[in-house]
Amino acid sequence: MNQNLYRRRKLVNRLGLMLSMFAMVLGLFVLLSILFTLFKNGLSSFDLALFTQSTPAPGSEGGGLANAIVGSLMMVVVTTLISTPIGVFAGVYLAEFGDNNKVAAITRFVTDIMLSAPSIVLGLFIYAIYVAQVRHFSGWAGSFALCLIAIPVVVRTTENMLRLVPGSLREAAFALGSPRWKVSTFVTLRAARAGVITGLMLALARISGETAPLLFTALNNQFFSTNMNEPMANLPVVIFQFAMSPYDNWIGLAWAGALLITLTVLVLNIVARVLFRDKVAG
Amino acid sequence: MTELDISNSTSASSAQTNAIEVRNLNFYYGKFQGLKNIHLDIAEKKVTAFIGPSGCGKSTLLRTLNRMYSLYPGQRAEGEINFYGQNILDAKQDLNLLRARVGMVFQKPTPFPMSIYDNIAFGVKLYESLNKADMDERVEWALTKAALWEEAKDKLGQSGLSLSGGQQQRLCIARSVAVKPSVILLDEPTSALDPISTAKVEQLVHELKSDYTVAIVTHNMQQAARCSDYTAYMYLGELMEFGNTDQIFVKPKRKETEDYITGRFG
Repeated sequence: MNQNLYRRRKLVNRLGLMLSMFAMVLGLFVLLSILFTLFKNGLSSFDLALFTQSTPAPGSEGGGLANAIVGSLMMVVVTTLISTPIGVFAGVYLAEFGDNNKVAAITRFVTDIMLSAPSIVLGLFIYAIYVAQVRHFSGWAGSFALCLIAIPVVVRTTENMLRLVPGSLREAAFALGSPRWKVSTFVTLRAARAGVITGLMLALARISGETAPLLFTALNNQFFSTNMNEPMANLPVVIFQFAMSPYDNWIGLAWAGALLITLTVLVLNIVARVLFRDKVAG
Repeated sequence: MTELDISNSTSASSAQTNAIEVRNLNFYYGKFQGLKNIHLDIAEKKVTAFIGPSGCGKSTLLRTLNRMYSLYPGQRAEGEINFYGQNILDAKQDLNLLRARVGMVFQKPTPFPMSIYDNIAFGVKLYESLNKADMDERVEWALTKAALWEEAKDKLGQSGLSLSGGQQQRLCIARSVAVKPSVILLDEPTSALDPISTAKVEQLVHELKSDYTVAIVTHNMQQAARCSDYTAYMYLGELMEFGNTDQIFVKPKRKETEDYITGRFG
Protein backbone atom coordinates (compact mmCIF):
# COMPACT_ATOMS: atom_id res chain seq x y z
CA MET A 1 0.00 0.00 0.00
CA ASN A 2 1.28 3.38 -1.02
CA GLN A 3 1.05 5.72 1.98
CA ASN A 4 1.79 8.82 -0.07
CA LEU A 5 -1.01 8.13 -2.50
CA TYR A 6 -3.45 7.66 0.34
CA ARG A 7 -2.32 10.80 2.11
CA ARG A 8 -2.63 12.78 -1.10
CA ARG A 9 -6.14 11.50 -1.70
CA LYS A 10 -7.16 12.56 1.78
CA LEU A 11 -5.73 16.01 1.23
CA VAL A 12 -7.56 16.43 -2.08
CA ASN A 13 -10.72 15.22 -0.41
CA ARG A 14 -10.42 17.78 2.38
CA LEU A 15 -9.64 20.54 -0.11
CA GLY A 16 -12.67 19.69 -2.25
CA LEU A 17 -14.89 19.59 0.79
CA MET A 18 -13.65 23.00 1.92
CA LEU A 19 -14.21 24.56 -1.49
CA SER A 20 -17.77 23.27 -1.73
CA MET A 21 -18.54 24.38 1.82
CA PHE A 22 -17.26 27.84 0.91
CA ALA A 23 -19.44 27.96 -2.20
CA MET A 24 -22.45 26.89 -0.17
CA VAL A 25 -21.86 29.50 2.52
CA LEU A 26 -21.43 32.18 -0.13
CA GLY A 27 -24.71 31.26 -1.84
CA LEU A 28 -26.57 30.99 1.44
CA PHE A 29 -25.14 34.31 2.63
CA VAL A 30 -26.38 36.14 -0.47
CA LEU A 31 -29.82 34.55 -0.18
CA LEU A 32 -30.15 35.31 3.51
CA SER A 33 -28.95 38.88 3.13
CA ILE A 34 -31.56 39.45 0.39
CA LEU A 35 -34.24 38.05 2.66
CA PHE A 36 -32.93 40.09 5.60
CA THR A 37 -32.94 43.35 3.59
CA LEU A 38 -36.46 42.63 2.32
CA PHE A 39 -37.75 41.99 5.82
CA LYS A 40 -35.97 45.01 7.27
CA ASN A 41 -37.32 47.45 4.67
CA GLY A 42 -40.59 45.79 3.74
CA LEU A 43 -42.02 44.70 7.05
CA SER A 44 -43.01 48.25 8.13
CA SER A 45 -45.41 48.58 5.17
CA PHE A 46 -46.49 44.93 5.34
CA ASP A 47 -49.89 45.43 6.96
CA LEU A 48 -53.57 44.88 6.27
CA ALA A 49 -53.79 48.05 4.15
CA LEU A 50 -51.34 46.43 1.74
CA PHE A 51 -54.06 43.96 0.78
CA THR A 52 -57.13 46.23 1.07
CA GLN A 53 -56.12 49.56 -0.45
CA SER A 54 -55.05 50.34 -3.98
CA THR A 55 -51.84 52.07 -4.99
CA PRO A 56 -51.85 55.69 -3.76
CA ALA A 57 -51.81 58.68 -6.08
CA PRO A 58 -48.63 60.76 -6.12
CA GLY A 59 -48.44 62.88 -3.01
CA SER A 60 -51.20 61.13 -1.08
CA GLU A 61 -50.59 59.25 2.16
CA GLY A 62 -50.78 55.52 2.90
CA GLY A 63 -52.22 53.18 0.30
CA GLY A 64 -51.64 49.54 -0.47
CA LEU A 65 -51.09 47.13 -3.35
CA ALA A 66 -54.55 45.53 -3.61
CA ASN A 67 -54.94 46.38 -7.31
CA ALA A 68 -51.46 45.07 -8.11
CA ILE A 69 -51.95 41.88 -6.09
CA VAL A 70 -55.30 41.14 -7.76
CA GLY A 71 -53.91 42.04 -11.18
CA SER A 72 -50.90 39.78 -10.74
CA LEU A 73 -53.08 36.94 -9.44
CA MET A 74 -55.49 37.22 -12.36
CA MET A 75 -52.74 37.26 -14.95
CA VAL A 76 -50.93 34.37 -13.29
CA VAL A 77 -54.14 32.34 -13.09
CA VAL A 78 -54.97 32.99 -16.74
CA THR A 79 -51.40 32.14 -17.71
CA THR A 80 -51.57 28.89 -15.75
CA LEU A 81 -54.89 27.96 -17.34
CA ILE A 82 -53.49 28.54 -20.82
CA SER A 83 -49.99 27.15 -20.42
CA THR A 84 -50.80 24.03 -18.37
CA PRO A 85 -52.74 22.14 -21.06
CA ILE A 86 -50.45 23.31 -23.88
CA GLY A 87 -47.27 22.59 -21.93
CA VAL A 88 -48.39 19.22 -20.55
CA PHE A 89 -49.74 17.99 -23.89
CA ALA A 90 -46.58 19.06 -25.68
CA GLY A 91 -44.47 17.36 -22.99
CA VAL A 92 -46.47 14.14 -23.33
CA TYR A 93 -46.04 14.30 -27.09
CA LEU A 94 -42.28 14.75 -26.80
CA ALA A 95 -41.81 11.99 -24.24
CA GLU A 96 -44.25 9.40 -25.55
CA PHE A 97 -44.35 9.96 -29.29
CA GLY A 98 -41.24 12.01 -29.92
CA ASP A 99 -38.50 9.47 -30.56
CA ASN A 100 -36.96 9.60 -34.04
CA ASN A 101 -39.46 12.22 -35.03
CA LYS A 102 -38.59 15.40 -36.86
CA VAL A 103 -41.49 17.50 -35.52
CA ALA A 104 -40.53 16.52 -31.98
CA ALA A 105 -36.87 17.33 -32.55
CA ILE A 106 -37.79 20.79 -33.83
CA THR A 107 -40.23 21.35 -30.95
CA ARG A 108 -37.54 20.39 -28.46
CA PHE A 109 -35.03 22.75 -30.10
CA VAL A 110 -37.46 25.69 -30.17
CA THR A 111 -38.45 25.04 -26.55
CA ASP A 112 -34.83 25.15 -25.49
CA ILE A 113 -34.34 28.47 -27.25
CA MET A 114 -37.51 29.87 -25.68
CA LEU A 115 -36.25 28.77 -22.27
CA SER A 116 -33.20 30.95 -22.58
CA ALA A 117 -34.73 33.82 -24.56
CA PRO A 118 -34.51 37.18 -22.75
CA SER A 119 -37.94 37.83 -21.30
CA ILE A 120 -38.02 41.38 -22.59
CA VAL A 121 -37.86 40.02 -26.13
CA LEU A 122 -40.90 37.87 -25.44
CA GLY A 123 -42.71 40.97 -24.11
CA LEU A 124 -41.77 42.95 -27.21
CA PHE A 125 -42.98 40.10 -29.39
CA ILE A 126 -46.45 40.21 -27.81
CA TYR A 127 -46.34 44.00 -28.07
CA ALA A 128 -45.70 43.75 -31.79
CA ILE A 129 -48.24 41.07 -32.65
CA TYR A 130 -51.00 41.91 -30.17
CA VAL A 131 -50.71 45.26 -28.34
CA ALA A 132 -49.74 47.20 -31.45
CA GLN A 133 -52.67 45.66 -33.36
CA VAL A 134 -55.42 46.34 -30.79
CA ARG A 135 -53.74 49.64 -29.86
CA HIS A 136 -53.99 49.36 -26.09
CA PHE A 137 -52.19 47.62 -23.25
CA SER A 138 -54.17 44.90 -21.50
CA GLY A 139 -54.14 42.14 -18.92
CA TRP A 140 -54.61 39.61 -21.71
CA ALA A 141 -51.44 40.79 -23.41
CA GLY A 142 -49.60 40.44 -20.10
CA SER A 143 -50.89 36.88 -19.70
CA PHE A 144 -49.87 35.96 -23.24
CA ALA A 145 -46.36 37.24 -22.65
CA LEU A 146 -46.15 35.25 -19.40
CA CYS A 147 -47.41 32.16 -21.26
CA LEU A 148 -44.42 32.37 -23.59
CA ILE A 149 -42.20 32.08 -20.52
CA ALA A 150 -44.22 29.43 -18.71
CA ILE A 151 -44.95 27.02 -21.58
CA PRO A 152 -41.32 26.00 -22.33
CA VAL A 153 -40.69 25.38 -18.62
CA VAL A 154 -43.78 23.16 -18.37
CA VAL A 155 -42.96 21.34 -21.62
CA ARG A 156 -39.43 20.43 -20.58
CA THR A 157 -40.23 19.41 -16.99
CA THR A 158 -43.21 17.34 -18.16
CA GLU A 159 -41.07 15.58 -20.75
CA ASN A 160 -38.25 14.93 -18.27
CA MET A 161 -40.60 13.62 -15.59
CA LEU A 162 -42.33 11.30 -18.06
CA ARG A 163 -38.98 9.96 -19.16
CA LEU A 164 -38.26 8.99 -15.55
CA VAL A 165 -41.23 6.60 -15.59
CA PRO A 166 -39.77 3.12 -16.02
CA GLY A 167 -40.33 1.54 -19.42
CA SER A 168 -41.63 -1.60 -17.72
CA LEU A 169 -44.71 0.28 -16.51
CA ARG A 170 -45.43 1.42 -20.06
CA GLU A 171 -44.92 -2.11 -21.39
CA ALA A 172 -47.21 -3.53 -18.70
CA ALA A 173 -50.00 -1.21 -19.82
CA PHE A 174 -49.44 -2.10 -23.48
CA ALA A 175 -49.45 -5.78 -22.53
CA LEU A 176 -53.08 -5.48 -21.46
CA GLY A 177 -54.00 -4.36 -24.95
CA SER A 178 -54.23 -0.71 -24.04
CA PRO A 179 -54.13 1.82 -26.87
CA ARG A 180 -51.26 4.24 -26.84
CA TRP A 181 -53.13 7.37 -25.75
CA LYS A 182 -54.56 5.51 -22.77
CA VAL A 183 -51.13 4.29 -21.74
CA SER A 184 -49.79 7.84 -21.92
CA THR A 185 -52.63 9.51 -20.03
CA PHE A 186 -53.87 6.96 -17.51
CA VAL A 187 -50.61 5.24 -16.67
CA THR A 188 -47.49 7.22 -17.55
CA LEU A 189 -48.77 10.73 -16.87
CA ARG A 190 -50.38 9.47 -13.69
CA ALA A 191 -47.14 7.91 -12.52
CA ALA A 192 -45.31 11.18 -13.20
CA ARG A 193 -47.98 13.50 -11.86
CA ALA A 194 -46.03 14.68 -8.79
CA GLY A 195 -43.12 15.67 -11.02
CA VAL A 196 -45.39 17.36 -13.54
CA ILE A 197 -47.11 19.36 -10.78
CA THR A 198 -43.67 20.33 -9.49
CA GLY A 199 -42.85 21.67 -12.95
CA LEU A 200 -46.07 23.67 -13.01
CA MET A 201 -45.30 25.23 -9.65
CA LEU A 202 -41.78 26.12 -10.72
CA ALA A 203 -43.18 27.77 -13.84
CA LEU A 204 -45.64 29.64 -11.62
CA ALA A 205 -42.82 30.80 -9.38
CA ARG A 206 -40.87 31.92 -12.40
CA ILE A 207 -43.64 34.02 -13.97
CA SER A 208 -44.89 35.62 -10.77
CA GLY A 209 -41.74 37.71 -10.54
CA GLU A 210 -41.28 38.56 -14.23
CA THR A 211 -41.26 42.30 -14.89
CA ALA A 212 -39.85 42.87 -18.36
CA PRO A 213 -42.55 41.10 -20.38
CA LEU A 214 -45.28 43.04 -18.55
CA LEU A 215 -43.80 46.47 -19.25
CA PHE A 216 -44.89 46.38 -22.89
CA THR A 217 -48.07 44.38 -22.42
CA ALA A 218 -50.05 44.83 -19.20
CA LEU A 219 -48.27 48.09 -18.39
CA ASN A 220 -49.81 49.28 -15.13
CA ASN A 221 -52.99 50.74 -13.74
CA GLN A 222 -53.17 52.92 -10.68
CA PHE A 223 -56.81 52.02 -10.10
CA PHE A 224 -58.41 48.79 -9.03
CA SER A 225 -59.51 46.91 -12.15
CA THR A 226 -60.45 43.34 -12.94
CA ASN A 227 -60.97 43.99 -16.63
CA MET A 228 -58.45 41.92 -18.53
CA ASN A 229 -59.00 44.12 -21.57
CA GLU A 230 -57.56 47.18 -19.87
CA PRO A 231 -54.08 47.96 -18.66
CA MET A 232 -53.64 46.02 -15.48
CA ALA A 233 -51.75 46.72 -12.29
CA ASN A 234 -49.27 44.03 -11.29
CA LEU A 235 -46.71 43.64 -8.56
CA PRO A 236 -43.46 43.57 -10.55
CA VAL A 237 -44.14 46.72 -12.55
CA VAL A 238 -45.51 48.56 -9.48
CA ILE A 239 -42.34 47.66 -7.60
CA PHE A 240 -40.27 48.88 -10.54
CA GLN A 241 -42.04 52.24 -10.69
CA PHE A 242 -42.47 52.82 -6.95
CA ALA A 243 -38.92 51.93 -6.06
CA MET A 244 -37.63 54.75 -8.27
CA SER A 245 -40.15 57.32 -7.03
CA PRO A 246 -39.36 60.21 -4.66
CA TYR A 247 -42.25 59.40 -2.27
CA ASP A 248 -41.45 57.58 0.97
CA ASN A 249 -44.77 55.71 1.13
CA TRP A 250 -44.27 54.47 -2.47
CA ILE A 251 -40.80 53.22 -1.69
CA GLY A 252 -42.13 51.47 1.40
CA LEU A 253 -44.85 49.79 -0.69
CA ALA A 254 -42.25 48.69 -3.25
CA TRP A 255 -40.28 46.96 -0.49
CA ALA A 256 -43.43 45.33 0.87
CA GLY A 257 -44.38 44.15 -2.63
CA ALA A 258 -40.90 42.72 -3.16
CA LEU A 259 -41.17 40.89 0.15
CA LEU A 260 -44.59 39.54 -0.82
CA ILE A 261 -43.38 38.21 -4.19
CA THR A 262 -40.25 36.69 -2.68
CA LEU A 263 -42.23 34.92 0.02
CA THR A 264 -44.72 33.63 -2.55
CA VAL A 265 -41.95 32.28 -4.77
CA LEU A 266 -40.21 30.77 -1.76
CA VAL A 267 -43.39 29.01 -0.63
CA LEU A 268 -44.10 27.76 -4.17
CA ASN A 269 -40.58 26.39 -4.43
CA ILE A 270 -40.74 24.70 -1.05
CA VAL A 271 -44.13 23.11 -1.83
CA ALA A 272 -42.80 21.92 -5.19
CA ARG A 273 -39.77 20.36 -3.52
CA VAL A 274 -41.84 18.64 -0.85
CA LEU A 275 -44.13 17.24 -3.53
CA PHE A 276 -41.22 15.95 -5.57
CA ARG A 277 -39.48 14.45 -2.53
CA ASP A 278 -42.66 12.53 -1.67
CA LYS A 279 -42.78 11.26 -5.22
CA VAL A 280 -39.21 10.03 -5.12
CA ALA A 281 -39.71 8.43 -1.72
CA GLY A 282 -42.97 6.70 -2.63
CA MET B 1 -30.55 -29.75 -35.98
CA THR B 2 -33.58 -27.84 -37.20
CA GLU B 3 -35.22 -31.06 -38.24
CA LEU B 4 -34.48 -32.59 -34.89
CA ASP B 5 -36.36 -29.76 -33.21
CA ILE B 6 -39.38 -30.24 -35.39
CA SER B 7 -39.52 -33.93 -34.66
CA ASN B 8 -39.11 -33.20 -30.97
CA SER B 9 -41.83 -30.65 -30.84
CA THR B 10 -44.29 -32.65 -32.84
CA SER B 11 -43.73 -35.75 -30.77
CA ALA B 12 -44.06 -33.75 -27.59
CA SER B 13 -47.38 -32.33 -28.54
CA SER B 14 -49.06 -35.06 -30.51
CA ALA B 15 -52.79 -35.30 -29.89
CA GLN B 16 -52.67 -31.80 -28.45
CA THR B 17 -54.19 -28.60 -29.65
CA ASN B 18 -51.53 -25.98 -30.09
CA ALA B 19 -52.37 -22.46 -28.98
CA ILE B 20 -49.30 -21.10 -30.71
CA GLU B 21 -47.15 -22.52 -33.47
CA VAL B 22 -43.87 -20.79 -34.16
CA ARG B 23 -42.40 -21.46 -37.59
CA ASN B 24 -39.11 -20.29 -39.10
CA LEU B 25 -38.88 -17.39 -36.68
CA ASN B 26 -35.90 -15.07 -37.03
CA PHE B 27 -35.61 -12.00 -34.88
CA TYR B 28 -33.37 -8.98 -35.26
CA TYR B 29 -32.33 -6.18 -32.95
CA GLY B 30 -31.16 -3.87 -35.70
CA LYS B 31 -28.40 -5.92 -37.32
CA PHE B 32 -27.95 -8.36 -34.47
CA GLN B 33 -29.89 -11.57 -34.90
CA GLY B 34 -31.49 -12.47 -31.57
CA LEU B 35 -33.41 -15.56 -32.63
CA LYS B 36 -32.42 -18.06 -35.28
CA ASN B 37 -34.94 -20.16 -37.14
CA ILE B 38 -37.15 -21.12 -34.22
CA HIS B 39 -39.71 -23.90 -34.55
CA LEU B 40 -41.87 -24.43 -31.52
CA ASP B 41 -45.38 -25.47 -30.54
CA ILE B 42 -47.01 -24.16 -27.40
CA ALA B 43 -49.72 -26.56 -26.31
CA GLU B 44 -53.09 -25.32 -25.18
CA LYS B 45 -53.71 -25.32 -21.43
CA LYS B 46 -50.22 -26.51 -20.61
CA VAL B 47 -47.23 -24.77 -19.12
CA THR B 48 -44.27 -24.35 -21.45
CA ALA B 49 -41.01 -23.19 -19.88
CA PHE B 50 -38.12 -21.47 -21.67
CA ILE B 51 -34.74 -21.98 -20.03
CA GLY B 52 -31.19 -21.10 -21.02
CA PRO B 53 -28.31 -18.85 -20.03
CA SER B 54 -28.58 -15.05 -20.06
CA GLY B 55 -28.83 -13.57 -23.51
CA CYS B 56 -29.95 -16.80 -25.14
CA GLY B 57 -33.12 -15.22 -26.50
CA LYS B 58 -35.76 -16.73 -24.25
CA SER B 59 -37.24 -13.36 -23.25
CA THR B 60 -36.96 -12.23 -26.85
CA LEU B 61 -38.96 -15.24 -27.96
CA LEU B 62 -41.61 -14.53 -25.32
CA ARG B 63 -41.83 -10.91 -26.41
CA THR B 64 -42.54 -11.92 -30.00
CA LEU B 65 -45.61 -13.86 -28.88
CA ASN B 66 -47.53 -10.69 -27.96
CA ARG B 67 -45.54 -8.50 -30.36
CA MET B 68 -44.19 -6.46 -27.45
CA TYR B 69 -41.09 -5.82 -29.54
CA SER B 70 -43.20 -3.75 -31.96
CA LEU B 71 -43.04 -0.88 -29.47
CA TYR B 72 -39.42 -0.44 -30.42
CA PRO B 73 -38.42 0.65 -33.87
CA GLY B 74 -35.42 -1.31 -35.08
CA GLN B 75 -36.64 -4.62 -33.71
CA ARG B 76 -38.26 -6.95 -36.21
CA ALA B 77 -39.32 -10.54 -36.62
CA GLU B 78 -39.48 -12.70 -39.72
CA GLY B 79 -41.27 -15.98 -40.13
CA GLU B 80 -44.61 -17.09 -38.79
CA ILE B 81 -46.24 -17.21 -35.40
CA ASN B 82 -49.64 -18.82 -35.72
CA PHE B 83 -51.96 -18.05 -32.86
CA TYR B 84 -54.89 -20.43 -33.34
CA GLY B 85 -54.13 -20.46 -37.03
CA GLN B 86 -53.72 -16.74 -37.47
CA ASN B 87 -50.27 -15.35 -38.26
CA ILE B 88 -49.74 -12.58 -35.71
CA LEU B 89 -46.61 -11.32 -37.45
CA ASP B 90 -48.89 -10.19 -40.25
CA ALA B 91 -48.66 -6.41 -40.69
CA LYS B 92 -52.45 -6.22 -40.52
CA GLN B 93 -52.59 -7.79 -37.04
CA ASP B 94 -54.26 -5.44 -34.54
CA LEU B 95 -51.77 -5.33 -31.70
CA ASN B 96 -54.17 -4.17 -28.99
CA LEU B 97 -56.58 -7.02 -29.69
CA LEU B 98 -53.69 -9.49 -29.77
CA ARG B 99 -52.36 -8.29 -26.43
CA ALA B 100 -55.82 -8.52 -24.89
CA ARG B 101 -55.76 -12.24 -25.79
CA VAL B 102 -52.10 -12.86 -24.99
CA GLY B 103 -51.41 -11.39 -21.56
CA MET B 104 -47.99 -10.79 -20.07
CA VAL B 105 -46.46 -10.52 -16.61
CA PHE B 106 -43.04 -8.99 -16.24
CA GLN B 107 -39.89 -9.62 -14.24
CA LYS B 108 -40.38 -6.72 -11.88
CA PRO B 109 -43.83 -6.10 -10.43
CA THR B 110 -45.40 -3.18 -12.30
CA PRO B 111 -48.54 -2.06 -10.47
CA PHE B 112 -50.10 1.03 -12.04
CA PRO B 113 -50.14 4.18 -9.89
CA MET B 114 -53.79 3.68 -8.92
CA SER B 115 -55.85 1.69 -6.42
CA ILE B 116 -55.76 -2.10 -6.28
CA TYR B 117 -59.31 -2.17 -7.61
CA ASP B 118 -58.51 0.17 -10.50
CA ASN B 119 -55.38 -1.80 -11.35
CA ILE B 120 -57.64 -4.76 -12.17
CA ALA B 121 -60.47 -2.70 -13.65
CA PHE B 122 -58.15 -0.77 -16.00
CA GLY B 123 -57.60 -3.66 -18.39
CA VAL B 124 -61.17 -4.95 -18.15
CA LYS B 125 -62.63 -1.56 -19.04
CA LEU B 126 -60.62 -1.49 -22.24
CA TYR B 127 -62.68 -4.22 -23.83
CA GLU B 128 -65.83 -4.66 -21.75
CA SER B 129 -68.31 -2.23 -20.28
CA LEU B 130 -69.44 -3.79 -17.04
CA ASN B 131 -71.74 -2.27 -14.46
CA LYS B 132 -70.47 -1.73 -10.92
CA ALA B 133 -71.71 -5.07 -9.57
CA ASP B 134 -70.25 -7.07 -12.46
CA MET B 135 -66.96 -5.21 -12.18
CA ASP B 136 -66.82 -5.87 -8.43
CA GLU B 137 -67.39 -9.51 -9.16
CA ARG B 138 -64.70 -9.56 -11.84
CA VAL B 139 -62.17 -7.90 -9.54
CA GLU B 140 -62.90 -10.41 -6.79
CA TRP B 141 -62.69 -13.28 -9.26
CA ALA B 142 -59.33 -12.13 -10.64
CA LEU B 143 -57.84 -11.49 -7.21
CA THR B 144 -59.07 -14.90 -6.04
CA LYS B 145 -57.48 -16.51 -9.09
CA ALA B 146 -54.20 -14.82 -8.20
CA ALA B 147 -54.52 -15.91 -4.54
CA LEU B 148 -54.55 -12.29 -3.41
CA TRP B 149 -58.21 -11.82 -2.46
CA GLU B 150 -57.85 -12.70 1.21
CA GLU B 151 -54.95 -10.27 1.65
CA ALA B 152 -56.37 -7.45 -0.44
CA LYS B 153 -60.14 -7.54 0.04
CA ASP B 154 -60.11 -4.97 2.86
CA LYS B 155 -57.88 -2.50 1.05
CA LEU B 156 -59.11 -2.45 -2.53
CA GLY B 157 -59.10 1.36 -2.44
CA GLN B 158 -55.44 1.57 -1.45
CA SER B 159 -52.68 2.19 -3.92
CA GLY B 160 -51.32 -0.89 -5.65
CA LEU B 161 -47.87 0.39 -4.68
CA SER B 162 -48.69 -0.11 -0.99
CA LEU B 163 -48.52 -3.90 -1.40
CA SER B 164 -45.37 -5.95 -0.81
CA GLY B 165 -43.29 -7.09 -3.78
CA GLY B 166 -44.80 -10.58 -3.84
CA GLN B 167 -48.31 -9.20 -3.52
CA GLN B 168 -47.62 -6.67 -6.26
CA GLN B 169 -46.58 -9.47 -8.59
CA ARG B 170 -49.74 -11.43 -7.82
CA LEU B 171 -51.70 -8.21 -8.45
CA CYS B 172 -50.05 -8.06 -11.88
CA ILE B 173 -51.03 -11.66 -12.52
CA ALA B 174 -54.59 -10.88 -11.40
CA ARG B 175 -54.60 -7.91 -13.75
CA SER B 176 -53.63 -10.11 -16.69
CA VAL B 177 -56.11 -12.82 -15.74
CA ALA B 178 -58.96 -10.29 -15.34
CA VAL B 179 -58.92 -9.50 -19.06
CA LYS B 180 -59.59 -13.23 -19.69
CA PRO B 181 -56.83 -13.82 -22.21
CA SER B 182 -56.26 -17.26 -23.66
CA VAL B 183 -52.48 -17.20 -23.24
CA ILE B 184 -50.46 -15.78 -20.36
CA LEU B 185 -46.77 -15.04 -20.84
CA LEU B 186 -44.63 -14.87 -17.71
CA ASP B 187 -41.20 -13.28 -18.07
CA GLU B 188 -39.16 -14.43 -15.06
CA PRO B 189 -42.08 -13.63 -12.78
CA THR B 190 -40.35 -14.67 -9.57
CA SER B 191 -36.82 -13.36 -10.07
CA ALA B 192 -37.50 -10.31 -7.87
CA LEU B 193 -39.41 -12.24 -5.19
CA ASP B 194 -38.56 -13.95 -1.91
CA PRO B 195 -38.90 -17.77 -1.64
CA ILE B 196 -42.35 -17.70 -0.01
CA SER B 197 -43.79 -15.38 -2.64
CA THR B 198 -42.08 -17.49 -5.30
CA ALA B 199 -43.79 -20.61 -3.99
CA LYS B 200 -47.15 -18.85 -4.14
CA VAL B 201 -46.62 -17.69 -7.70
CA GLU B 202 -45.50 -21.16 -8.75
CA GLN B 203 -48.58 -22.69 -7.17
CA LEU B 204 -50.56 -20.12 -9.11
CA VAL B 205 -48.92 -21.04 -12.41
CA HIS B 206 -49.91 -24.62 -11.74
CA GLU B 207 -53.54 -23.63 -11.19
CA LEU B 208 -53.69 -21.22 -14.11
CA LYS B 209 -53.10 -23.94 -16.65
CA SER B 210 -56.54 -25.43 -16.13
CA ASP B 211 -57.95 -22.36 -17.90
CA TYR B 212 -55.03 -20.76 -19.70
CA THR B 213 -52.10 -21.59 -21.88
CA VAL B 214 -48.98 -20.50 -20.00
CA ALA B 215 -45.50 -19.75 -21.31
CA ILE B 216 -42.89 -18.96 -18.68
CA VAL B 217 -39.31 -17.76 -18.97
CA THR B 218 -37.19 -18.68 -16.00
CA HIS B 219 -33.60 -18.62 -14.87
CA ASN B 220 -34.39 -21.12 -12.21
CA MET B 221 -34.21 -24.66 -13.48
CA GLN B 222 -35.92 -26.17 -10.49
CA GLN B 223 -38.77 -23.82 -11.21
CA ALA B 224 -39.03 -25.05 -14.78
CA ALA B 225 -38.91 -28.62 -13.55
CA ARG B 226 -41.53 -28.00 -10.87
CA CYS B 227 -44.18 -26.13 -12.78
CA SER B 228 -43.92 -26.83 -16.50
CA ASP B 229 -45.21 -29.58 -18.78
CA TYR B 230 -42.86 -28.80 -21.65
CA THR B 231 -39.44 -27.25 -21.58
CA ALA B 232 -37.48 -25.48 -24.29
CA TYR B 233 -33.73 -25.11 -23.83
CA MET B 234 -32.30 -22.18 -25.74
CA TYR B 235 -28.74 -21.12 -26.39
CA LEU B 236 -27.38 -18.20 -28.43
CA GLY B 237 -30.68 -17.51 -30.10
CA GLU B 238 -31.30 -21.10 -31.09
CA LEU B 239 -33.76 -23.61 -29.77
CA MET B 240 -31.46 -26.45 -28.74
CA GLU B 241 -33.95 -28.92 -27.40
CA PHE B 242 -37.66 -29.05 -26.79
CA GLY B 243 -39.76 -31.74 -25.21
CA ASN B 244 -41.58 -33.02 -22.17
CA THR B 245 -40.17 -31.44 -19.05
CA ASP B 246 -39.60 -34.85 -17.47
CA GLN B 247 -37.66 -36.04 -20.44
CA ILE B 248 -35.58 -32.85 -20.74
CA PHE B 249 -34.59 -32.94 -17.11
CA VAL B 250 -34.13 -36.66 -16.70
CA LYS B 251 -32.80 -37.73 -20.06
CA PRO B 252 -31.93 -34.84 -22.34
CA LYS B 253 -31.08 -35.85 -25.87
CA ARG B 254 -28.34 -33.32 -26.36
CA LYS B 255 -25.12 -33.04 -24.45
CA GLU B 256 -25.40 -29.22 -24.27
CA THR B 257 -28.78 -29.42 -22.57
CA GLU B 258 -27.48 -31.90 -20.06
CA ASP B 259 -24.47 -29.70 -19.31
CA TYR B 260 -26.68 -26.71 -18.70
CA ILE B 261 -29.20 -28.54 -16.57
CA THR B 262 -26.63 -30.22 -14.41
CA GLY B 263 -24.90 -26.89 -13.89
CA ARG B 264 -21.72 -27.70 -15.72
CA PHE B 265 -22.37 -24.76 -17.96
CA GLY B 266 -24.29 -21.49 -17.86
